[in-house]
Amino acid sequence: MRSSTFFLCAAAVAAAVFGLSRLIEYEYFFFAGYVVLQYIVLATGWNILGGYTGYVNFGSAAFFAIGAYASVAIHKTFPLPIPVLIVIGGLISGLVGLGMGYLTLRLRGAFFAIATLALAVVVQTLVTNWDFVGGSRGAYILRPASAPLVGSYIEYLFLVMLVLATIAVSTARAIERSRLGYGFATIRDDELAAEASGVPTLRLKLIATTLSGAFMGMAGAPLPYYVTYLDPASGFSLTYAVNSIAMPLVGGTTTWIGPLVGAVLLGTIQQIATVTISSAVNLLIVGLILIAFVIVAPNGLVGLVEGWLRKRVM
Amino acid sequence: MAQKLLEVGDLTKRFGGFVALENISLEVAPGDRLGLIGPNGSGKSTLVNCICGTLRNDGGTVRFDGAPVNGLRTHQRTRLGMARSFQLPRPFASMSVADNLRIPLIYTVGARAGAHLSASEVEDRCGDLLKLVGLDDKARQWPRDLTQVEMRKLELARAMAAEPKLLMADEAMAGLSPSEVADIVSLLIRLNERGVTIILIEHIMSAVMRFSQRLVVLVSGRKIADGAPQDVIQDPDVVRAYLGQ
Repeated sequence: MRSSTFFLCAAAVAAAVFGLSRLIEYEYFFFAGYVVLQYIVLATGWNILGGYTGYVNFGSAAFFAIGAYASVAIHKTFPLPIPVLIVIGGLISGLVGLGMGYLTLRLRGAFFAIATLALAVVVQTLVTNWDFVGGSRGAYILRPASAPLVGSYIEYLFLVMLVLATIAVSTARAIERSRLGYGFATIRDDELAAEASGVPTLRLKLIATTLSGAFMGMAGAPLPYYVTYLDPASGFSLTYAVNSIAMPLVGGTTTWIGPLVGAVLLGTIQQIATVTISSAVNLLIVGLILIAFVIVAPNGLVGLVEGWLRKRVM
Repeated sequence: MAQKLLEVGDLTKRFGGFVALENISLEVAPGDRLGLIGPNGSGKSTLVNCICGTLRNDGGTVRFDGAPVNGLRTHQRTRLGMARSFQLPRPFASMSVADNLRIPLIYTVGARAGAHLSASEVEDRCGDLLKLVGLDDKARQWPRDLTQVEMRKLELARAMAAEPKLLMADEAMAGLSPSEVADIVSLLIRLNERGVTIILIEHIMSAVMRFSQRLVVLVSGRKIADGAPQDVIQDPDVVRAYLGQ
């Protein structure tokens, strides 16, 4: 299927999801649904670098929070519509991604992961000491009384995130099937052999860190309007870093569908656990599921299904 | 004198205090079949790595096709027309055999000036290469399903897919049976007949002698002999280096 056709199909699915969700009477669905959609964007963004090129980024929370704090800063100076904030947040975190790529070019494996973790700590320290966006006190965001298009603000946020998730997933799929995607896969498999085959690995890595950072930042941009109070501890929460890695791993990292499935599955489980058990049990659940998957299905659900299909064919 | 394809001048490479290559000079003319031999650790692979840019040389120059390539990255040198196969096969493990060959076709051949390849051209060339190395029935398999000799053939095919002027085959036959070695040697000679200059790095002397028109010997990072194979193997220095005295 061509990428443009896929995008139209994805848009149709998204429209159907939104249409059906309008039938649901209670607003909590949109609160929970927003988080799941936000994780689809975050996991898909992480996977462009972590899954396609094999560079594990532990600093997702930093990119996510950069998107969120860019929105806070803009809100305090000159409030703009959320779609514009998403674009700006994406640009800024994309630039940070590019910078991170430049600084960590020579690092691989665990060393790269540690460097990204260090980046997250540095960014968090900077934001905590930046008084304009509230510093460690945090920032309050007053939402407008009504939202464009749909009236209810939470439904509006849900719709915006749904559109963003559609764009993110379609982009990831388009990359996967392009010349770029082939290049990314060679970096994951063997960088030396990739260079010897004419792949400009350095440039491709920078494209990957930029795109990945941009999508993670976009996922965070609407956050201040969702939570209405944002402080560094919640913006840079470990939950984002862990989920953005766990979701692609559980779903499968080599295809666009993996992060999507992982985010829907883990995101939904966490939302259900939050209302039925407790909100503190979330990370425990993620941890246990991750351990189970590493043992039983190291290639994620997608790998599990592929293996099963292959056996049936033979 | 005819234009040389590869000119290595006073190439030096150090790893800390260890001198891996010392003032190596080497010229290769278009169409040559050069054998590069030497004991383990003599610097053969290091020389290949310096020529194709995987390692940066500390001194000296490398000129390819008349222009200096110092400072160019490996992929840029590959696009100029250098290709190498790795001593231990390094296939792209998550891709099918055919996809392994598509990478250099897309990224090297397709990236050269004025040589944009359509999807069907990529398919055609991919098929030709697979046929050339005898892997046409394995196109859709994964590298992990290949035998050792098939893996070596894939390695050579991937290097060839870049349509190089110069191919450096780094121990393409280590660990293979005599009939498999003969197989690879005739493959390399076929490639050479198509106009590809080849540097063969090898320990298996029967293969080297059958293949090479010229032989270069490295010992402890120095070039100790360069000439016709029959003369070189009778050179007292070479005999001493190989057999000890």
